[in-house]
Amino acid sequence: MYNLIGAGLIVIGGGIGLGQIGGKAMEGIARQPEAAGKIQTAMIIIGALLEGLAFGALLLA
Amino acid sequence: MIAKKSIKIFTILAVVFSSFTSYATSDGSTEKEGQVNSPESINAYIKHHLADSHDFALYSYTNDAGERKHVGFPLPVMVWTSKGLKTFMSSEFHHNDDGHVIVDKGDVKLTKIHSKIYELNEGETHVAFDDQHHATNAHKVLDFSITKSVFGMLLAGLLMLLGFSSLARGYKKGAIPTGIGRVLEPLVLYVRDEIARPNIGEKKYKKFMPYLLTVFFFIWILNLLGLTPLGFNVTGQIAVTACLAIFTLIIYITNGSKDFWQHTLWMPGVPVLIRPVLAILELAGFILIKPFSLLVRLFANITAGHSVVMGIAALMILLKAKFGTVGATGISFLLTLFLSVIEVLVAFLQAFIFTMLSALFIGMAVEEHEHH
Repeated sequence: MYNLIGAGLIVIGGGIGLGQIGGKAMEGIARQPEAAGKIQTAMIIIGALLEGLAFGALLLA
Repeated sequence: MIAKKSIKIFTILAVVFSSFTSYATSDGSTEKEGQVNSPESINAYIKHHLADSHDFALYSYTNDAGERKHVGFPLPVMVWTSKGLKTFMSSEFHHNDDGHVIVDKGDVKLTKIHSKIYELNEGETHVAFDDQHHATNAHKVLDFSITKSVFGMLLAGLLMLLGFSSLARGYKKGAIPTGIGRVLEPLVLYVRDEIARPNIGEKKYKKFMPYLLTVFFFIWILNLLGLTPLGFNVTGQIAVTACLAIFTLIIYITNGSKDFWQHTLWMPGVPVLIRPVLAILELAGFILIKPFSLLVRLFANITAGHSVVMGIAALMILLKAKFGTVGATGISFLLTLFLSVIEVLVAFLQAFIFTMLSALFIGMAVEEHEHH
């Protein structure tokens, strides 16, 4: 039961984080379309780091 | 010539797309003993798929006479028992997975329980279980078998050998590769120009290209093999991803520059009292957290993908009462197709991320700082 609540909290946290990353990247690309490639790569890396964190927590939950 | 090639491509596409449907149809009707039709048995079936197994089962069915037929082929079992190495084919277990079939190898008796091979204690003829279904008079043996996952890795290795040797041979004839090399060359260049160069640096990236390319194509091919109806789940085995992460760890630890170790162990420019604290944090980050996040990410993504695809395919059985056979199959087919396409993307993305982060960590370790 508690681990399910924990899993839910992790998903909420991860979702907020991914939303922030994605949103800011979109803003960045809209402001500077020529830097889209670089922004995308950086976005994927940060997303992956966040994902690693969230999955690690999910395994423990 | 062109017609022949397009037939070839069409056949490949047909095989790829039929994999989605056979995923959906084969899931529903297979299980070692009898039908899969309740949520519990579906759960057990998905768990069984996610685990490694000793034989290569494509599908199984019950014939009119009520016999269970298995289609697939056995794989060699190699175990190190208390009486030395024993090898035999996994067909000797007769697809039994709960310790009822005892394989007598002269001086040792072996049995298989939940895909693990146990050796019976001296003088025992049957496995005894306690109430948690653990064997009480048998112990595990060292298992070097060519299991399904090992077979998958060998297959991926063979595919890579064939593809890349053909690419290499292509350069002898001319600057533009032909055949499969035409697909592989842009990917190799992509790994070099987008992953290795920006992260490791112009001076040193060449040394790490073989590792990065190998790990990229190894993960990618295995991820894609996992989407075929062959039922591989190699990159979803935590042991495999842990091994890959340990390779990366060894590479960046052994190639760490003087600056890297100085900045890790005795960070210049911060108060002396804080330096040991920072050293502990940095060491934990480099030796534990970074490899751990690498291995968990790949493992969890692939495992989650496989269980979701199989769960959606199993919807067909659960919804049959509500929507009828055609409706349930349609819903489940469309959802499975949708998810499988996403999984194709995830297969590439995870291979890319693993390689990218490996390159990033290696780049951090080999970087030399300018001294002012």
